[in-house]
Amino acid sequence: MQAQQPSSTARSLAASSLACRRGDRLLFRKLSFTVKAGEALHITGANGTGKTTLMRTLAGLTTPYAGEVQREGELGLLDERPALDLDQPLGKALGFWARIDACADPSGAFSALGLRGLLEVPVRYLSTGQRKRAGLAALLSRNVPIWLLDEPLSGLDVAAIETVTRLIELHVQEGGIALIASHQRLDIEGLQTLELGDFAPAAQEEEAF
Amino acid sequence: MITALLKRDLAKFFPFAGGGASLPVMFFIAVAMLYPFAVGPDVNILSRTGGGVVWIAALLAAILPLEKLVAQDIELGFFDQLRLRGLTEEVMMAVRLVAHWLSFGPPLILATFPAAALLSIDGPTLHLLLLGLLAGTPGLAAIGLMIAALTASLRAGAALSGLLLVPLALPILIFGAGALARQDGASLGFVAAISLGLVAMAPFAAGAAIKASREV
Repeated sequence: MQAQQPSSTARSLAASSLACRRGDRLLFRKLSFTVKAGEALHITGANGTGKTTLMRTLAGLTTPYAGEVQREGELGLLDERPALDLDQPLGKALGFWARIDACADPSGAFSALGLRGLLEVPVRYLSTGQRKRAGLAALLSRNVPIWLLDEPLSGLDVAAIETVTRLIELHVQEGGIALIASHQRLDIEGLQTLELGDFAPAAQEEEAF
Repeated sequence: MITALLKRDLAKFFPFAGGGASLPVMFFIAVAMLYPFAVGPDVNILSRTGGGVVWIAALLAAILPLEKLVAQDIELGFFDQLRLRGLTEEVMMAVRLVAHWLSFGPPLILATFPAAALLSIDGPTLHLLLLGLLAGTPGLAAIGLMIAALTASLRAGAALSGLLLVPLALPILIFGAGALARQDGASLGFVAAISLGLVAMAPFAAGAAIKASREV
């Protein structure tokens, strides 16, 4: 009998004929895709096409208007709100999530994202890019296979963009899954692209809805 | 996971612990201090009406922490991240209820001693007052949490939540302060029962409100 490998092929994230709305406006419909282990998907689209709504729906935070999401494996979401207590120094704020995630030593993630010198600084005083990096550090130390990244590069400087891109690439190479909603060009090997605007309802369709 | 969450919530809300708010307790004592100035130093009037004033002060003090109780963490994406880690909104709200009560109930009960001295409240009345607050403050905390969660996504939520708490807290006030007037602890059983019902209901109601706030 073969020993059971912690099979990475069991990880996947799939949407089947997904439709989402915001308020009473239909954002996209008939959206279907499957992302398997070791794959990365870049979700593009103009402002208001529903990238964030799609991310939150895939994460299970909001229910889709139609269709469904199938997921194998644990999932982490990085969005514009990194859930760090503003009054706490960064080290303490991230330490809380390390305790929640039972991560014994989050320091590797801190240094990977260049946060070492910021651990004493209250989150309130951090810039957008620094907060983004902190959110990514929390995600990194969670060690989950599926990453949903909503605008992970916004607010980052050139060096940080390079670091984060390499981290995503590494995650995918190790059998992880990454879905990245971003306006920016992403320099990741084997990256697939999904243009969310293609799934926007036609004008008359929206009226019928 | 739950211990870590409770610790964090307490650090956020407990008075004098870092960023926590000691305002409700200060407010509570301030009311007890102002009352003798307003009605005059007549010991009879003070000791007869003082217990009721303490109850009103407690009720109003319960309003003060509501603004930050839930809304800020929704904005920070805190509940979203906990949800992704498999914690249900009901558990988050149950933890929040415990932290909220611990950070305003016991401090208020302790502050009742100086307040009672300022209002010349006698021994038996103080006894009933303390028991009443012990039975009633969990209920006030539960009402506060439900209101804070429901109004979190509204722009004028803070002002509204204060207004909403007053009518909902009436039964606790009636039975709690009523015990003082009749010098009879029996009605405190009602206060405890009301509190118990509210505490049992609050995590579910507040949890549902958090979930609903995501669907815009």
